[in-house]
Amino acid sequence: MLEDIVTVDLPVDEQVAIKRQRIENGNRDKRIAIVTGIQGDELDGQYICYKLIKKLKENIKDVNGIVDVYPAINPLGIDSITRGIPMFDLDMNRVFPGYSDGAMAEYVAASIVKDISGSDICIDLHSSNEFIKEFPQVRIAENNKSLIPYAKLLNTDFIWIYESATVLKATLAYSLNQIGVPTLALEMGIGNRINREYCDQILSGIFNLMNEMGIWNCETRIPKEPMLSTEGEVEVIHSKHSGIFIHGEAKMGLVRKGDHIGDIVNPAMGEILESVYAPFDGTMFSLREHPVVYQGAVIARIMGDKK
Amino acid sequence: MIKEELFNLKAVYRDDFKINGYKFGKGEKSCCIVGASRGNEHQQLFICSQLIKELKELEERGQINSNQEIMVIPSVNHYSMNVGKRFWAVDDTDINRKFPGDFHGETTDIIASSIFEKMKGYSYGIQFTSFYMPGDFIPHVRMMETGKQSTSLANLFGLPYVVVRKPKPLDTGTLNYNWQLNNTNAFSIYTNSTDQVDEKSAKQAVASVLRFLTRMGIIKYNSHSGYIATVIAEDELMPVKTRVSGFYRRHKEPGDFVARGDVIADIIDPYEGEVITQILAPTEGIIFFAHTAPMVMENAVIYKIIRRLHE
Repeated sequence: MLEDIVTVDLPVDEQVAIKRQRIENGNRDKRIAIVTGIQGDELDGQYICYKLIKKLKENIKDVNGIVDVYPAINPLGIDSITRGIPMFDLDMNRVFPGYSDGAMAEYVAASIVKDISGSDICIDLHSSNEFIKEFPQVRIAENNKSLIPYAKLLNTDFIWIYESATVLKATLAYSLNQIGVPTLALEMGIGNRINREYCDQILSGIFNLMNEMGIWNCETRIPKEPMLSTEGEVEVIHSKHSGIFIHGEAKMGLVRKGDHIGDIVNPAMGEILESVYAPFDGTMFSLREHPVVYQGAVIARIMGDKK
Repeated sequence: MIKEELFNLKAVYRDDFKINGYKFGKGEKSCCIVGASRGNEHQQLFICSQLIKELKELEERGQINSNQEIMVIPSVNHYSMNVGKRFWAVDDTDINRKFPGDFHGETTDIIASSIFEKMKGYSYGIQFTSFYMPGDFIPHVRMMETGKQSTSLANLFGLPYVVVRKPKPLDTGTLNYNWQLNNTNAFSIYTNSTDQVDEKSAKQAVASVLRFLTRMGIIKYNSHSGYIATVIAEDELMPVKTRVSGFYRRHKEPGDFVARGDVIADIIDPYEGEVITQILAPTEGIIFFAHTAPMVMENAVIYKIIRRLHE
């Protein structure tokens, strides 16, 4: 059943609603929440929600619990092709856990957290941004390593355990983990696009997780064995120059030391400012897609053995 | 006065992005003053321009005390201002959420770390900044509660209010917060404008900084003593929200006293022109913040009131 979790009247003849699709059957003791669309330019989650809800509805007899799908936490952002909340220039994923007496964004955030609280697990789907393409990956703060067994079920290529930054405490995933809802943030693809291959991969992982939890009774595929960032070292390659980035021959996935990732060029002068090569053998799990780069822009992330 | 280029970033086609500092006096790093860090902070840039003009004259008249150096950085984000954006024009990141920065990070991390290196080590740090909601404030000094804040020093600006804010996770990337962690006494000054230049309020801000610098023995300047500030915790401000959306007709200005039950705003139907609701003051007190946009959405905070305070 599609329900409004929270609504806000906009100034002129329009109401914005954060919606939840609840699909339930059998024993309602277990509940999973699937959340996406916090950033309006991250759209892979739209395809995943569509496929997930369709399959659950068509196979309702195999559902044994509650599946709550929140397809658009920032509906104004999605519909106006804006990453943040359009009126405030605010990143919605920096206002959690919100505040029920606060301004619109904080009030909405608090309502969402309240609605999800009590779930047995939450999956928060993201699509990088318009600059960097990402392999399907789960990102876990290092103080949340207890989430790794869940993450391994999600059929991703990579689990990145990162040092937690204070600013990330304002994310939905952090806020839900704080109140006892195990929450996994997934990244995949690139902003403003849908990568069906990645989406199908993650969808299979979500069904696998639901199967493990006893919410989904059909047989599922054995998930991929993901790399863990703790098994190697992650090298972030930044641009040393401002210019236009042109891809080289190296593709995402396995790279060898010296593989040509790309060049940063000055088009007006016909010059290469910088050539970027893989610094060691490893797996390139992030790669620059937007060609305009300034000094410091992320070009690639590679995991491997630096020695 | 020495104009010094503090940071330079090349672009593909645009002119270099240059951050300049204006230094007055010589010797100990006494005070660093920072203006616009967002592209819409026109008032903040204007205040710094007026401050530079004043300090230049004071220096020429020998009124900067010996062994005292003041640096003013009028803008750290005019690349966005020049193209009509609030945040970094390329990726919409907020430079005032990137401190202390990272030399090996992304572009705005590099900008923040490069300029923070130049801003560090001063005894006092003053930033002119703005709020994310469109509105007017009573001019005030704001500081983060880091355990290192000094409200008695903030009082020396002679502005009517000092507000202490408990930092939220998002605040840990602000210049104010990071200055304090690096042993600079940090103050954020809010005037009653951001996108538009309000010369009267800018003059008050310039006077408050000159007053502070005089009281700290950095300059010689005769000025009015200003106010003895009322110190308030941000949590004590009472938000007044509208439960309906529409046109917003404001009846009270920042600084006005309101009694409980006073009509402080009307909300008007955007199609039919009728007053749909009147917003009443839920408490007596002084209006601290008032929303400015012509329209409001449901649940918007339209006022913040300092409770039970009288004129």
